[in-house]
Amino acid sequence: MRPLPELTPENTAFWTGGAQGDLLIARCDDCNHAIHPPQLVCPKCWGTAVKSRAVPGTGTVYSFTVNHQPWAPGMAVPFALAVVDLDEAPGVRITAEVVNAPPETVHIGQRMRAVFHAVDDIWFPQWEPVQ
Amino acid sequence: MSMNAAITGVGMSDIGRKTGRPAMLHLVEAAKRALDSAGLTRADIDGICTYPGKADNSPGMSPLGTGEVRNALGLKTRWHGAIPDGPSQMAPIMVAAMAVATGQARHVLCFRALTESSSQTAAQRASIPGSGRARLGGWYSYLVPANAMSASNWAGWMATRYFHEFGMTREHLGMVATGQRAFARHNPASVMQAPLTMEDYLDARMISSPLGLFDCDVPIDGACVVIVSAADAAKDCARAPLTIEAMGAALESQETWDQRADLTTMGAHDACADLWSRTDMKPTDIDVLALYDGFSIFVPYWLEAFGFCGHGEAKDFIAEGHIGPGGRYPVNTGGGQLSGGRLHGFGLLHEACTQLWGEGGGRQVKDAKAAVCGMGGGFIAGSMLIRRD
Ligand SMILES: [Zn+2]
Repeated sequence: MRPLPELTPENTAFWTGGAQGDLLIARCDDCNHAIHPPQLVCPKCWGTAVKSRAVPGTGTVYSFTVNHQPWAPGMAVPFALAVVDLDEAPGVRITAEVVNAPPETVHIGQRMRAVFHAVDDIWFPQWEPVQ
Repeated sequence: MSMNAAITGVGMSDIGRKTGRPAMLHLVEAAKRALDSAGLTRADIDGICTYPGKADNSPGMSPLGTGEVRNALGLKTRWHGAIPDGPSQMAPIMVAAMAVATGQARHVLCFRALTESSSQTAAQRASIPGSGRARLGGWYSYLVPANAMSASNWAGWMATRYFHEFGMTREHLGMVATGQRAFARHNPASVMQAPLTMEDYLDARMISSPLGLFDCDVPIDGACVVIVSAADAAKDCARAPLTIEAMGAALESQETWDQRADLTTMGAHDACADLWSRTDMKPTDIDVLALYDGFSIFVPYWLEAFGFCGHGEAKDFIAEGHIGPGGRYPVNTGGGQLSGGRLHGFGLLHEACTQLWGEGGGRQVKDAKAAVCGMGGGFIAGSMLIRRD
């Protein structure tokens, strides 16, 4: 079974926004800097008015890998992991599993949209190709 | 320009796969060999450093901290410390250099011990952070729960982007793997001794594309010790002191494996630029290269980071034969971690020192006087230049 992330004040929005279908990214209210992984402080201006805001949940594949090795008991392989440059959150990438597409079709430059997979109290973003 | 610090001795235990041997027995063997190499006794050791300290974040990752080793070896020290969050596995050696240069200690025993091979089971894989735990925090909590569990995944997407931008192919990485195996066949301590052909390399199963089995280093049980001495104390040691000319530890991006703006570079590029800013020596002065090869793809990154070739040129540099046996810039002459076993960078530095002392046997690089060592991959990086006068 995959380990789950520990929920903290900084990351709860990111890991639970999927319950409402939202990909929530931490954003500095003072300078609008997009912060990922989420922090309580803005690394750009040290402001502490950090709020999580929904982004469209789309993006472009910067890179990927197809994993063939079962690293944990019950891990189904192969599957693709995509590192995606997020729309409307400059500098932020979200790395997640690709679903609803054969792994060998994943490519750099491909357009993706986030869908969510719930395990306990965590809503994992996953990438689905935009048709 | 150089630091008032030198490497005076190195020692490695009889490393192996599934040795079933407790880490402490590997450690004491490596320590005895390092003391013999330096011509020192236990009483001369007044400092101890390690990476990362006793840690159970993955199975067999670090069974021994400074506490266990101080107690077991009966050491009395004036400096001790473990550095889990420093510039790579090299951090304890860097801290030791700073300790002797500032007079806090005279001879510091730096060690790395792993039992990853014996600790692996189906449910507890070596090098999977948090393996066996329910909840994760820290930087890997954005990777492991997303099923990006293995560093081979993280290195895999770096390689995919690098291949895409610069036209590197699996054959280029195959040249790294087969070249290091050719070196390993002249190193009796290496765990992988069988010949490795390009065909073997290309036929091996995929792990995380584009990285296959022989792009990944080999988990082992073992220990390695490096003794760092103050420059004046080093003069009395058995072997020629290997002066630490410069070290580099700069890091300009955040501590993640996916957010660095250009993933065809890594922390190594920052650490190496830092190193060269501290010395008048140049890449053309270097005879031996010890470059972190937890995955083969890190070798071209380190080559470019150190400036042995330009950004994007490593594939041609490798194909032209510069880094293998007989090349001008031989890399990982003991077989590296790909063939020698994963001693987390310490084994690579051990080999560089062996070369500078002219004790490399059938793999000896002629007239080797200066070496660079780079440890780490992704955001993790530390670099060092050592020379024999
Ligand atoms: Zn800000």
